[in-house]
Amino acid sequence: MSPASVFVCLSLTLLSDYPVIRVKPDNSGVVTDGVKHSMNPFCEIAVEEAVKLKEKKFIKEVVAVSCGPTQVTETIRTALAMGCDRGIHVEVSGKDYEAMGPLQIAKIFAALAKKEEASLVILGKQAIDDDCNQTGQMTAALLDWPQGTFASEVTIDGEKVKVVREIDGGLETIKISMPAVLTADLRLNTPRYATLPNIMKAKKKKIANMKPADLGVDMVSRVEVLRVDEPPTRLAGVKVETVDDLVAKLKANGTI
Amino acid sequence: MAFDFAAHEMSPHMAEWDEKEIFPVETMRKAAQLGFGGIYVQPEVGGSGLSRLDTSVIFEALSTGCVSTTAYISIHNMCNWMIDTFGNTEQREKFCPELCTMDKFASYCLTEPGSGSDAASLLTTAKLEGDHYILNGSKAFISGGGDTDVYIVMCRTGGKGPKGISCVVVEKDTPGLSFGKKEKKVGWNSQPTRAVILEDCHVPVTNRLGQEGQGFNIAMRGLNGGRINIASCSLGAAHACVQLARDHLLVRKQFGEALSNNQFLQFKLAEMATKLVASRLLLREAAVALQESRSDAVSLCSMAKLFVTDECFNICNQALQMHGGYGYLKDYAVQQFVRDIRVHQILEGTNEVMRMIIARSLLSESG
Repeated sequence: MSPASVFVCLSLTLLSDYPVIRVKPDNSGVVTDGVKHSMNPFCEIAVEEAVKLKEKKFIKEVVAVSCGPTQVTETIRTALAMGCDRGIHVEVSGKDYEAMGPLQIAKIFAALAKKEEASLVILGKQAIDDDCNQTGQMTAALLDWPQGTFASEVTIDGEKVKVVREIDGGLETIKISMPAVLTADLRLNTPRYATLPNIMKAKKKKIANMKPADLGVDMVSRVEVLRVDEPPTRLAGVKVETVDDLVAKLKANGTI
Repeated sequence: MAFDFAAHEMSPHMAEWDEKEIFPVETMRKAAQLGFGGIYVQPEVGGSGLSRLDTSVIFEALSTGCVSTTAYISIHNMCNWMIDTFGNTEQREKFCPELCTMDKFASYCLTEPGSGSDAASLLTTAKLEGDHYILNGSKAFISGGGDTDVYIVMCRTGGKGPKGISCVVVEKDTPGLSFGKKEKKVGWNSQPTRAVILEDCHVPVTNRLGQEGQGFNIAMRGLNGGRINIASCSLGAAHACVQLARDHLLVRKQFGEALSNNQFLQFKLAEMATKLVASRLLLREAAVALQESRSDAVSLCSMAKLFVTDECFNICNQALQMHGGYGYLKDYAVQQFVRDIRVHQILEGTNEVMRMIIARSLLSESG
């Protein structure tokens, strides 16, 4: 039995090469108004992998999902232009969006995956704005599905998925049964450019709209952000003349 | 998407293509795979079916990666469109699909050694003999000449003046088709430019686009779009140069502070940016007018070509000046943008001819 549908869960993040990110004056967060947003790079890799699996005929349908305000539909369209078949936009805006964290998102993705009977849920390993690296893992836990995180190679073998994972010690290969959750790491693939014809076709593909309440998910956050600060400005260094001076200074400030 | 393609696939090679005079066939075919081979050609023969405005936006983005290559892609697109628009079904099905994928490349041949601005005075003859035309003459400054597969040639089948001109498609390797030496140019070095020589070149009548005597009309219609495209390339170059200049001003220090603190340079940068935006708006308006076949389209396209190519050249030139001595070195991209877009003020109708067209439109009774 070949897997029916794969869910690719996307995140919209602050543009990766944006030069200056500012902390809000009240230290409650980072300024996002007017800052260019785009699809999280690891999510692009996730989309590419899902579309590749469909091209190899391992799966029948790829659904692109994302949570957030209206802006997020553009990200879903990009995924559709890369080859996803349809999209789902879970609308979260205003205060709920600001408070939204990995747990809330994972609850939404888990609910959707169950509802639509997905065989695979693929996400980027982490979002480059908050670097949480939690959503994939939480989604798997909520669904009680096996997870293959930090994937640098994915092969479908019947009812199982072989995942080569990038870990601190090197590479680990595991075999997990489907349905499963995978998170994409940098070297999994190189995302394709969306072609002009596909961008045009994507305009006609369906993006369904729903709210977290429709899935029975409560968006209340258990995490309260107390404060966001910029990293301390780099202090000037101190030059010393000899190695003895260096050792003395390091001892004096408690480093050794 | 075009911006990404330009940044990743073109920009890193721009200098090398210029220096080694490489015609980047592989990269252009990659671009064709994304749909850039026949942007405003109809989908049923392999094109992307987009509008003139979309096209302008695409060429502007691609030019930030390499003006010379993008300009060639735009010429190729114009030739493809001519066959798509004026060709019959057989011609469209024969040529367009391969042009859209860039399996085959195209060149446009109107200018001759003796007729540039005065294009209607062209001398290349096409004598009808049975089911073939015999072409004799030469064309000058042909982009892609010698390396391309399909040549759209304007030639004289009838009497003097524009009404005697027809348009034929000459395929590579047709006996009687040969090329001059590769020209050494100041810019546009990623595309070869050669004279195209026709000596008793037999071309089947079935390769004629449209009716006899329709050639000049086809040429002029093609040029309206070609002017938008070339101006778009200038715009992309100016956009890139404004960014390069800004980055340099922030980094370079003289007299104890960054150049960006200097009011004259701030004002100059502001003027450059303002003219860039003004150029972009005029160009997009012209593109829309052309798409909608408005009565003022020809005039607007000429105005856009004139204004945009002039202003953008000045912007790029200013950007070079802001780099100081470094701007003159080939290690810095800004000089290549300046060299590459200088010719945009000359080809596709000189900016002087643009003035002629605009004046004629203003002074005519219906204008």
